[in-house]
Amino acid sequence: MKLFLLKRLATLVATLFGASVVVFLVLEILPGDAAQMMMGPDAAPEAVAALRAKLGLDRAPLERYAAWLVGMLTGELGTSHAYGTPVAGLIVERLALTVPLALMAMSMTVVLALSAGVYAASRHHRLGDVGVMGLTQVGIAIPNFWFAILLILLFAVNLRWFAAGGFPGWAEGAGPALKALVLPAVSLAVVQSAILARITRSAVLDVLREDFVRTARAKGLSRRAALWGHVLRNALVPVITVMGLQFATLLAGTIVVESVFYLPGLGRLIFQSISNRDLIVVRNCVMLLAAMVVVVNFVVDVLYAVIDPRLAPSDA
Amino acid sequence: MSAPAIPARPGTAAFARRALRHPSFMAGALLSALVVAAALLSLVWTPWPPGDIDVMRKLQPPSAAHWLGTDAFGRDVASLLLAGARNSLLVGTVAVAVGLVFGAALGLLASARRGWVEEAIMRLTDFTFAFPALLSAIMMTAVFGPGLVVSIVAIGLFYVPVFARITRGSANAVWSREFVLAARAAGRGRLSITLEHVLPNIASVLIVQGTVHFALAILAEAALSYLGLGTQPPQPSWGRMLNDAQALLFQAPRLAVFPGIAIAVAVLGLNLLGDGLRDLLDPRLARRR
Repeated sequence: MKLFLLKRLATLVATLFGASVVVFLVLEILPGDAAQMMMGPDAAPEAVAALRAKLGLDRAPLERYAAWLVGMLTGELGTSHAYGTPVAGLIVERLALTVPLALMAMSMTVVLALSAGVYAASRHHRLGDVGVMGLTQVGIAIPNFWFAILLILLFAVNLRWFAAGGFPGWAEGAGPALKALVLPAVSLAVVQSAILARITRSAVLDVLREDFVRTARAKGLSRRAALWGHVLRNALVPVITVMGLQFATLLAGTIVVESVFYLPGLGRLIFQSISNRDLIVVRNCVMLLAAMVVVVNFVVDVLYAVIDPRLAPSDA
Repeated sequence: MSAPAIPARPGTAAFARRALRHPSFMAGALLSALVVAAALLSLVWTPWPPGDIDVMRKLQPPSAAHWLGTDAFGRDVASLLLAGARNSLLVGTVAVAVGLVFGAALGLLASARRGWVEEAIMRLTDFTFAFPALLSAIMMTAVFGPGLVVSIVAIGLFYVPVFARITRGSANAVWSREFVLAARAAGRGRLSITLEHVLPNIASVLIVQGTVHFALAILAEAALSYLGLGTQPPQPSWGRMLNDAQALLFQAPRLAVFPGIAIAVAVLGLNLLGDGLRDLLDPRLARRR
């Protein structure tokens, strides 16, 4: 298990390193003169030269890359061109919205998907199964930002239960802040849970055919107890794999959904920074999101080994 | 010496008979055909010119003249929807083609060469997975500016590692089959085995995955256009229409409904088609479902 963890940790570091090279190449080297790009084609040459010097673009690319890596490790991410404030502070401020939103959406996804998936599997080929599977097909086909707009139409425009967008901030209290995140989280969760419910159903059906389930039932265990006590745990491996992959989609989804609800989160910061040509902010935000995806996949790999120890040595 | 025969596949007529009886395939094929028909029709005819702006007739409700009403610029919504189908299909086709051609080539190479080549290609795909399609598209638009071509290339590039992994996984399974071992024993080269035995045997997997990723590309393009990073005006796009509609939710909520339905129909059709094809092309999977 130790060797397995060490190997996975080495892969994690290598992947983060590779991702940082991609981000640096695309956002720092590919644009050619980043200072010119940030200031636009009509900027005065002196102003561009000043920004170039300020950003350290006159240094060798390798030196700049090394400085960025060290900056990421020490939290010194530079200063935003558009906001004039440290990038690290900006990101932390925006994460205070995006992280709770992503966690809320993921929790809703898991509850919805596991309930729907297990229910459908337990009613295999009956009306409940067909109904749930039909709904999940529709759920997968709906873009989350459209679903978000429909939620605004129903709950903000017609029923007026929620605001159509905006975020009061955590200083106003947890209640109003969480209320502002409910519709965005639901719009992310419903689409994600449609995919996960199908995986759950199929994994549960596979396990239901195993001998140990028949034995458990033969020993007098109720169908419900066998399903939730034995079957679900054994069906979790593929479910957790997809959950890990979905977290990446969910993070990307927050970029769009934050725009629909005008939420000042990390996604909206990236989006605004692209409009402002603030490449320093875009670079660090994209790297952070990529790192989150990689770390979540690492956690999923480790979780495999905890749920099913047979997977650890065979993979190590 | 010719290699031993590949296990026989059912004939086209038998496949068509099974396809006609498969509800998911038929529903998917019908919905997809509807979207393709809309795109083709818009090339020769739309009720009104899609880009025709006339503020005098703005925000009109559905009528005989404007079946789905008009938007804030007086453009005919039905015409915009028909023309928007073209964009979605273009994005899906090119993005999947880019991902499939380069990804399958890398996957086949990894599978045929094994060793360090396979290791290098797979590690390369590992860290590109850190960038979901939308994130890689955002990176590209940050550098090259928003636009349809940039979003197509970004989605296509994201698909390269996806298809490389799928191809390599399926191809490895074929390389361990007896008929491939026999071909190798007969002295056939890796390239010839790849083209004559491996590729035909993984084609069904690639077709199914291509269909599913076509749908995902439509969703990604719609999201990018909604954000203003994809298709730019005056080109009609379903995602862009939703963005315009959001500003008018209180005055004309219907404008936010039709483009969403169009995206959902296109994606649902392709997903059902993919499900159906998977069942029809690999009956072993169908039995497990």
